Amino acid sequence: MEQKIYDHAVLADKFNKDASRVDWHDKTLWFIREKRDKAAWQIAEWEELRETASQVKNNVLDNLHDYLLEFEKQAQQNGVTVHWAANAEEHNRIVHAIIKEHGVSDIVKSKSMLTEECHLNEYLQQQGITVVDTDLGERIVQLAGEPPSHIVLPCIHWKKEEIGELFHQHLGTPKGNADPQFLTAAAREHLRQRFMTSRVAITGVNFAVAETGEVVVCTNEGNADLGVQLAEVHIACMGIEKIIPQRKHLGIFLRLLARSATGQPVTTYSSHFRKPRPGQAMHIVLVDNGRSERLQQESFRNALKCIRCGACMNTCPVYRRSGGHSYQYAIAGPIGSILAPGLDMKQHADLPFASTLCGSCSNVCPVKINIHEQLYEWRQVLVKSGHVSPVKKAGISGMAAVLERPGIYKFSGAVGRWFMKYIPVLVNNKLNPWYKQREMPAVPRQSFNEWYRQNRKQNGKQS
Amino acid sequence: MESRAKILQALSKKFTDSPAPLPEVKVFPPVAGEPVDKFEFILRGIGGRTVRVNSYSEINDFIAKEYTSNARIISLVKEVSGSAITPDIDPHTFENVDLVILQPHFGVAENGAAWITSDRMGDRALPFISQHIALVITTDSILHNMHEAYDRIGNTNQPFGTFIAGPSKTADIEQSLVLGAHGPKSMTVFLLSVNR
Repeated sequence: MEQKIYDHAVLADKFNKDASRVDWHDKTLWFIREKRDKAAWQIAEWEELRETASQVKNNVLDNLHDYLLEFEKQAQQNGVTVHWAANAEEHNRIVHAIIKEHGVSDIVKSKSMLTEECHLNEYLQQQGITVVDTDLGERIVQLAGEPPSHIVLPCIHWKKEEIGELFHQHLGTPKGNADPQFLTAAAREHLRQRFMTSRVAITGVNFAVAETGEVVVCTNEGNADLGVQLAEVHIACMGIEKIIPQRKHLGIFLRLLARSATGQPVTTYSSHFRKPRPGQAMHIVLVDNGRSERLQQESFRNALKCIRCGACMNTCPVYRRSGGHSYQYAIAGPIGSILAPGLDMKQHADLPFASTLCGSCSNVCPVKINIHEQLYEWRQVLVKSGHVSPVKKAGISGMAAVLERPGIYKFSGAVGRWFMKYIPVLVNNKLNPWYKQREMPAVPRQSFNEWYRQNRKQNGKQS
Repeated sequence: MESRAKILQALSKKFTDSPAPLPEVKVFPPVAGEPVDKFEFILRGIGGRTVRVNSYSEINDFIAKEYTSNARIISLVKEVSGSAITPDIDPHTFENVDLVILQPHFGVAENGAAWITSDRMGDRALPFISQHIALVITTDSILHNMHEAYDRIGNTNQPFGTFIAGPSKTADIEQSLVLGAHGPKSMTVFLLSVNR
């Protein structure tokens, strides 16, 4: 993994240079959050569904060993080949070997956050395999040479005029045409050709049912289905935590997923792949990549309950105003910020600090992950392990020293007020990150403590 | 198989003294009103079209008005006209199909989805590759919610099954909803009334 050059704060700063664009990004995502609310409020039992989903996922995490074995057995009985990959590299090697075995050089892939996590596209391209992402949003960022900035809405940061220009360059659409209807039709034509010629299709997995060995893939575009049904080989890639115990649990999760993600009552297609088409080969790759290790960490294990709906991103005030790319991980936003440091603490040490800890993420999470509490816990782990910058560490230690000593606290408050009143430039300068994009409030004459003592005396009340 | 053993070994460690039990899935009371009305309302809201009919001949008339005789129409519903398909045909040959007519097992009122399995698709590619799709659902086979749906599906063992809720769509370009992403550009559901 390449080392990060800039941290989240620096990239967020860059994103914030264009104020009108940030406003647009912010409002677009908030609009989706509002759609989610409207959809959720129409279901009387919404909170009960969240609670049940959370409990089912807790049960899965505690019994993953047995469920995986059951799933494997069922899938094999269905005529599916099951592979196990300990890490990203092994996952990529397995997928490549299957493609090579069939002598194929061009493949289609529908959305899969796991393959993003494993950097499968880059790996396959190095081996001379051309991968075409078939989800429209993913295709757009792929043509632009970027990773997705959102797990459900991969090109949410792109404006239609820019997509028009991109399509003009890559697909030969007329210059200046930025009509979404027209551009989607052009992409449909372009991708149909790929569907018609690709002999291998890769998909992600939303849910894998232990009881039946089937995998469920949800899309609106129908790209996963079209890819698989026209291919000789279907490779489904999944993290081991995607298991659910029984088919009937799909009833709960499918009610929650699309409503949480985009406010739709359900995705257009919820496809249950159990056995391959006649003459087709079907493979499922089960990937660990740090998950079994994560399960040992009491404070952080339940992040693995995530069903990748993206609701926490749409609601997050920091994500909405910093953009997905500033997180530099396949999964951005609040959930990405607690998943990424589990994979590489040093590399992603900036992410748990990219939050106001407001808790909105935890409130909308359909499987009730305590995201904001984990962000807070990660900060403590990161500081203790020495993975924060010396400046941040000095700041935290300084604050701790002051807050631990009431005398110094009172004194420094008075000194601070004096400086802000008489030499404000000492505080209101570029070196103070708290002053960034803020006007400091007028300085009060006295502290609350002083005010309280004075008033209590005047009112003559006993303590 | 080294990684399999390694992963299972890591997972076999005891994480907790009291593993979380599997919760009961409650039966939630259905929302008030006729499920077929709700189904119609929701499906229209997500870009689908519904047509209430009393007979198969009405369906045939409706389709005849919308499609010329040159259109390639495949029907998997024996009462609805359209060509049949030969088994084991290459699915790529369906690329020029204009309309496919299928009969799902049931519809779901809460989300406008219809459940169909591979034995009713003719070929699994058909519901996705056709330019347009039409479904025939009898008004007595609309369930309230997804819990009822999975109760009905039970432990049937079909190689492939899918819920279809409206035409294929995308909003990836600036959140503008466009119908007809990769699959059918329109979905028409014929709600066939039955005498109970």
